[in-house]
Amino acid sequence: MNTLQGYPVGLIGNFDLYAPKLVDREEYFTPGHRACQGCGEALAVRLMCKALGKDTVIVSATGCMEVISSLYPTTAWKLPWLHVAFPNAAAVASGVEAGLKALKRKGRIPDRYIKTVAMGGDGGTMDIGIQALSGAMERGHDMIYVCFDNEAYMNTGIQRSSATPFGASTTTAPPGVASMGNKTWKKNLPEIMVAHNIPYVATASNSYPLDFMNKVQKARSIKGPAYIHCLSVCPTGWRSPSETCIKMGRLAVETGVFPLYEVEYGKYKMTVSMPEKLRPIQDYIKHQGRFRHLTPEQIKASQDRTNLEYKKLLSKIEHSKSWSEMSAE
Amino acid sequence: MGIRKGMEIALAAAEAVALCRPDVVAAYPITPNTHIPEHLSDIVAEGRLDAEFICVESEHSALSACMGASGAGARVFTATSSQGLLYMAEVMSIASSMRLPVVMALGNRSLSGPLNIWNDHSDIMSQRDTGWISLFAAHGQEVIDMMIQAFKIAENGDVMLPINVNLDGFQLTHVVEVMDFPTQEEVDAFLPVYKPFASLHPDHPCSMGTLGLPEIYSEATRAREAAVVNSKKTILKVWDEWEKRFGRKYEPIQSYKMKGAEIAMLTMGSMGETAEVAIDALREKGVPIGLLKLVLWRPFPYEELKKAVKGVKSLIVMDRCVSFGGPGGPVASEIRSALYNEPGCPDITNYIFGLGGRDVAVEDFIKMIDKVRLADKKRPKEHYEFYGVRGE
Repeated sequence: MNTLQGYPVGLIGNFDLYAPKLVDREEYFTPGHRACQGCGEALAVRLMCKALGKDTVIVSATGCMEVISSLYPTTAWKLPWLHVAFPNAAAVASGVEAGLKALKRKGRIPDRYIKTVAMGGDGGTMDIGIQALSGAMERGHDMIYVCFDNEAYMNTGIQRSSATPFGASTTTAPPGVASMGNKTWKKNLPEIMVAHNIPYVATASNSYPLDFMNKVQKARSIKGPAYIHCLSVCPTGWRSPSETCIKMGRLAVETGVFPLYEVEYGKYKMTVSMPEKLRPIQDYIKHQGRFRHLTPEQIKASQDRTNLEYKKLLSKIEHSKSWSEMSAE
Repeated sequence: MGIRKGMEIALAAAEAVALCRPDVVAAYPITPNTHIPEHLSDIVAEGRLDAEFICVESEHSALSACMGASGAGARVFTATSSQGLLYMAEVMSIASSMRLPVVMALGNRSLSGPLNIWNDHSDIMSQRDTGWISLFAAHGQEVIDMMIQAFKIAENGDVMLPINVNLDGFQLTHVVEVMDFPTQEEVDAFLPVYKPFASLHPDHPCSMGTLGLPEIYSEATRAREAAVVNSKKTILKVWDEWEKRFGRKYEPIQSYKMKGAEIAMLTMGSMGETAEVAIDALREKGVPIGLLKLVLWRPFPYEELKKAVKGVKSLIVMDRCVSFGGPGGPVASEIRSALYNEPGCPDITNYIFGLGGRDVAVEDFIKMIDKVRLADKKRPKEHYEFYGVRGE
């Protein structure tokens, strides 16, 4: 796996062998939780916590990660953790951030940097939670929001969300004689976050752990709001074998369906290098039952749109400049 | 000694909150409470209050942000009205379930529709069963006092519940009154710094707001109910201390000219002030009538109510809200239920009045009372009655 651009291949190979050994051995999201086998989201949450470290407060939206981790009287969380409701993780986190800031200023808690991190699924982030998220990002709270996107309302039983990809079958967008499944294209929330002029936006995947953890650490180091959109493979909802979780995430990247990039102070950059020629999306969707019903024409339409979206991204990567570069011109 | 001055009550409420030194204030504009957060933001801008003022994008987020900050261990305040309270509804019950002592000023306003920004009590009544403590103020001085008392009650280790202080929209929020303001030293001596028993900090991680299966939900609900019921002890203690420090007495039900009263009227909020004048006029004519002002709505003061109506033959309960297709007004239905098994339970009449800012004058109260006391006792009585509806 090549996670860094611009370094000799040999060094990167060695780095990737060596780097996992540097990862925090402490588990902040502990075993024993109730996630499905092969859950990409639980894996991603665990990695996120390792990258964040001890001085973190987690605020969770209602969703899979909340219900699998907090069954009273047990908890999987070794970090301070707070859940209130479905649509408001970003709002609750802005309160936590403000509270900690005020208490630190008044000397009521130790003078130490604590990062507030909100997390939610695609429904809690992109649909019902987008208002609270937009508000929190616009107000400039010093917090990270991580969306663990498994492309439908998996916790309630695979209903369609605005993150559901074109053509996917869900329990509220089923295929039939009069339906092709989900008719709409996935909402581009990272781009909406970029439009909030926040310092850091990135996409990530549970199948590229070092890339994801690097992004979490970068987001943590930035003072101000940061947003990470992590594609989280859901074997249950995608109707894919649970042992192929990591493979699915890789294929999403290699087909150009979900490229991994970051936008730092306005400058777009690919963080996981892409093949010269993208793999056909057929390689990705053929393993997933949710796309099984698609006709060759529908697959072609999806391929064409994937190509277009990928080109749009490449254009941004080629032409975008950071805010400081632009100011200096 | 405090300072006596005239001020709009909403601004006075903000001044009272500022004296309590909240750490985080989150609020969203909605008439008629808006002057409270506006003035608080002024106080923060002037550097008189060291607090984070979060200009949230909705009431849902206002309460959510308060809950996050409260979870972190901060003293928090929010204010709203009407649709704003309904927008918070999703998280109202979670705040009490999580035992987060959020303090809210509620500038009572009708619920849409039709859209109406004026005063009645339909907003708070819709959130009656969310596990919050509810106090009703009748005038500006009570608003100031209750705002300060609210923090002390909510944050008490035996209580740990959110609390709303109800002040009638416009009739209180926008009215200028002369009030006594306690000094900062007096408030500091009355209200110590908030010390939560659990808070969100990496040095002592805890999980807040967890999932409760059927095996635990009943127990959690029962525990919350017990907390709300038991909070009355603390409320009475706090009021006792308030009277000792500031000389103003607070009771769950305030009585006015109840000595020897055979007829009693029961009101909530600012209407009590107008009703007092009507009671005075009728007493002068020799009518044995008194007034009961219900201050503590939740927890409901059963014992005090039973005591207050001893010897009363006819009780007129005034509701500024209706339960559509139900038993009339929510206050009357609770009072009927509270007194049902009482020996000598008074005859109860329920008026629904003063909706959506409809003005109610002294003469209106007299008319309503006269209708009850001069009624033909043999005729069957309506279970509830709307007063002042044109065309009826």
